[in-house]
Amino acid sequence: MSRRWAVPAAFAGTALLLFVVAPLALSPFRLDQLGRYLCFAIVAVGIGLAWGRGGMLTLGQGVFFGMGAYLMAMHLKLADAGPGGTPDFMALISSDGVPWWWEPFRSEVVTLLAILLLPAAVAAVLGLATFRRRVRGAYFAILSQALAAAFAILLIGNPTGTGGSTGLSGFRGFFGFALADPANRLVLFFTAAGVLLVLLALARQLMVSRYGELLVACRDAEERVRFLGYDPATVKTAAFVVAAFTAGIAGALFVPIVGIVSPNDVGIVPSIGMLIGVAIGGRTTLFGPVLGAIAVAWAGSTLSEQFPSGWTYAQGLLFMLVIAFLPGGLASLAWRRTRPARPAAAAQPVPAPSGGS
Amino acid sequence: MTVSRSRRAIRAAALLTVGLVLSACGARVDTPGGGGAAAAPSCVDTSGSEVKVGFLNSRSGTMAISENTVFDALSLAAEQINAAGGVLGKQLSIVAEDGSSEPTIFAEKAQKLIRSDCVAAVFGGWTSSSRKAMLPVFESNNSLLFYPVQYEGLESSKNIFYTGATTNQQIIPALDYLKEQGVTSLFLVGSDYVFPQTANKIIKAYAAANGIEIRGEEYAPLGHTDFATIVAKVRDAGAGAVFNTLNGDSNVAFFKEYKNLGLTPDAMPVLSVSIAEEEVGGIGVDNIVGQPVAWNYYQTIDTPTNQQFVEAFKAAYGANRVTSDPMEAAYTSLFLWKGMVEKAGSFDVAAVQAAAGGVSHDAPEGTVTVNGENHHIAKTALIGKIGADGLIHTEWTSGAPIEPDPYLATYPWASGLAS
Amino acid sequence: MDTLVTQVFNGLSGGSILLLAALGLALTFGQMGVINMAHGEFIMAGAYTAYVTQNLLGAAGLSLLVSLPIAFAVGGVLGVVLEALLLRRMYHRPLDTLLVTWGVSLVLQQLARDVFGTAGVDVPAPEWLSGPVEVLGFSFPRTRLFILLLAVAAFLALAAALRYTALGRRIRATVQNRPLAETSGISTRATDRLTFFIGSGLAGVAGVALTLMGSISPNLGTSYIVDAFLVVVVGGIGQIKGAVIAAFLLGVAQSWIEYSTTASIAKVLVFALIVAFLQVRPQGIFTVRTRSLA
Repeated sequence: MSRRWAVPAAFAGTALLLFVVAPLALSPFRLDQLGRYLCFAIVAVGIGLAWGRGGMLTLGQGVFFGMGAYLMAMHLKLADAGPGGTPDFMALISSDGVPWWWEPFRSEVVTLLAILLLPAAVAAVLGLATFRRRVRGAYFAILSQALAAAFAILLIGNPTGTGGSTGLSGFRGFFGFALADPANRLVLFFTAAGVLLVLLALARQLMVSRYGELLVACRDAEERVRFLGYDPATVKTAAFVVAAFTAGIAGALFVPIVGIVSPNDVGIVPSIGMLIGVAIGGRTTLFGPVLGAIAVAWAGSTLSEQFPSGWTYAQGLLFMLVIAFLPGGLASLAWRRTRPARPAAAAQPVPAPSGGS
Repeated sequence: MTVSRSRRAIRAAALLTVGLVLSACGARVDTPGGGGAAAAPSCVDTSGSEVKVGFLNSRSGTMAISENTVFDALSLAAEQINAAGGVLGKQLSIVAEDGSSEPTIFAEKAQKLIRSDCVAAVFGGWTSSSRKAMLPVFESNNSLLFYPVQYEGLESSKNIFYTGATTNQQIIPALDYLKEQGVTSLFLVGSDYVFPQTANKIIKAYAAANGIEIRGEEYAPLGHTDFATIVAKVRDAGAGAVFNTLNGDSNVAFFKEYKNLGLTPDAMPVLSVSIAEEEVGGIGVDNIVGQPVAWNYYQTIDTPTNQQFVEAFKAAYGANRVTSDPMEAAYTSLFLWKGMVEKAGSFDVAAVQAAAGGVSHDAPEGTVTVNGENHHIAKTALIGKIGADGLIHTEWTSGAPIEPDPYLATYPWASGLAS
Repeated sequence: MDTLVTQVFNGLSGGSILLLAALGLALTFGQMGVINMAHGEFIMAGAYTAYVTQNLLGAAGLSLLVSLPIAFAVGGVLGVVLEALLLRRMYHRPLDTLLVTWGVSLVLQQLARDVFGTAGVDVPAPEWLSGPVEVLGFSFPRTRLFILLLAVAAFLALAAALRYTALGRRIRATVQNRPLAETSGISTRATDRLTFFIGSGLAGVAGVALTLMGSISPNLGTSYIVDAFLVVVVGGIGQIKGAVIAAFLLGVAQSWIEYSTTASIAKVLVFALIVAFLQVRPQGIFTVRTRSLA
């Protein structure tokens, strides 16, 4: 297959798998499971861009994922309660009614806009603040990790507003549609699949664009980019914002598909968990993070059924071995086999001048 | 250029998605038959000589510490029931799943147990978040969950049986006990999550009605390990007793700090509701000896039923193992389900639910009876003190089993708690 | 006044615990650029070493002191094994060391669960450390005084070693200019390994001290790792004294905010303070000027 067709063919193949093969081949239960994996795959698209291409190791994607998820969950709870009603869990533990900062999310439009904009806006502020001051590398990673810890503590400590450690659950409807209806669940799955494809396309456009090359340049030699007259802070912030944007959307889809969001889904450990798939799949590639995320999530649920403690070992070992010995992830194996002539292309998408050789 | 082509393909995919979303609309929330009322028919197979039941506990992750013990107790109960001829003559076949200490996994595995494995009932769960995550799954599939841990109350579902204590079987008797001991002021220390927050609300309402002064209320984040500041506040407040709803490892740091500051159970007892036999070893007997705890079961209960339970447990899992309240509640839950099924003469969920009320069992903790209204069980409250042997010895009992009242509807002073 | 003294002491004490946990990191992360997420598990290994030592020696009052050097060795050996097997090939990829060592920490935690059981174990404090000591009418827990002294001693020993010994000079030379150090005949390989041994060994010592404060369970390390990294980040890379100041600052801030608000809010506010601080001094309190471009 010629190179110009490879990417469209991959997109078409993925679409075929998700929209035709999966619904026919999988039971409703397995399809729900795959829907959850797709949410992590959506997060992975953003991480691939920010980390793989931009070199920003974000250990706090759970925060943006959680924002999207909690925004959606708040809306669903309010919608279940009916106009002017108080969500069930709130009525039980407090008599103060709905907090003021919940009220806007009674509206579907406000909620959707908030899901799309709020994580991105927070990422923009944080990104500019840290990158402008040239906080980078390990500093950035550790700060983002502390952010995830702080976010989880805030959620847990505020039970009347966020459901505390039990989180928000027990949703009945999704924009007016009954969540228990299998037909609606299928639509939800298709929505997740569609969103994944659209965001993948967006990521691809960014990667092949001039911006994408600038981002890689920032990763590999930030000072030189600065000398050339660009502002690396803006370039990196943009990628960080896109990653937050995708994570927020993934969180919003996660809630109706899984039926619960709790601080367990947003803290330090789940945030690192979101990186595993990306690293194993191949962080710099387009499809690697997606396939890796799905594969790791699948292995997690399947293997832990058979070997609970074995899975923890396997997860740790996989992480250690792939990152230490195969930094390009499994995708680099495939790359090497099909394209022996340009082994480093994945790591260095900007071709070196050929120099007439 | 590939860009424009892929863009076209993407546009097509996006259009396809929108089309599917618009065309395949399912039931609306408000239409009849929507909203989960129409659960798929049960797939439980009771035709053979076996019937499947599901055990859903965290076998990995942070909660595995606690939930493995529940799994052991459940397995023991299943073995004993099978050895005695099974339920309605059918042997129990166990399908065990790992909840991985994550609520979402609990929900997913519950779905799998019900729909793919077709189990007749599921036993397990520990944290409230895991229960809350599973609740909609059991309700929409109309299946049964037996939940074995004391919790914060304010819940009842026709699809869940709560075999641990609710607040009026643990928190309120503990307060009654403290009041009887002449305590007139309390300091509340808890982890910053749902159970302590709810428990402390109840405690404050009780205190207001009974003339007990609350000298302070402190919360530590889950997993908090430095209690210098909190214990200093406790010491300076000089209350008659401390009511402790800390969770897990925080207890260890709290009690070590408490002892190191020279505070003793005689001067200011710390009554705990989350420390059972399992936890005493990790805290260190020295640090906690003489402190009161509130539960419904202790390993030291001196009845033949309990002695048999403890002996069987030690024989199965090792002489150094201890038995604790959640383990006993889990062990008992399987027998209660057996009682319900045999009373109903069927494994059918509706029949079991109808038969549940009044089903009673001579459990290690004493006689327990299922409340048909709220699906909790009547159980006796016991206040114990931690002995130098690391075990808990009963100091005080409520005398008779206390009827479960998860919403505290029968306590006038609690009327303002839940609107 | 009472509150002032108590809270300042509690803050210093909290800071000393942070310092013990972070001192090793200040070496491995600060000096070598390795982000070792398994540092927390080395702390845990130190705590279990204290537990095992005590079981072997009986609950004698000295087993705690005996376990200090043993835990140093245990932590150090774990660190050297990690360095030799994995990190050695990754010095040019510091961010990846974070992920690799996170995998290591998962494995070590599960290993501890399988070896020692999932329930926590206890190391009783020796008689000479139990209870409070009265000074001018204030009572201070002996365990906290002990940890404070231990932390200060560990810092002084490390600082002296870095400053006055040949080994310390080699370490500093390697950090400041690796190629030049190599050209001057310093074996940077051996230096790296030794630095890692000392840094990880200090984690083991911290683990022994922490048995006096809290629980000894497989997830002991996870409670300290993020705070320890924040200490090094605030302190600034390449300077041990930065970590000391940062640890005590964070300890006092945490204890004061906690006293006037709640522990949860204190955690979140301290984090906000750190982000604000890094706006002012992105490289931490102290920085080493280098000419590198990266």
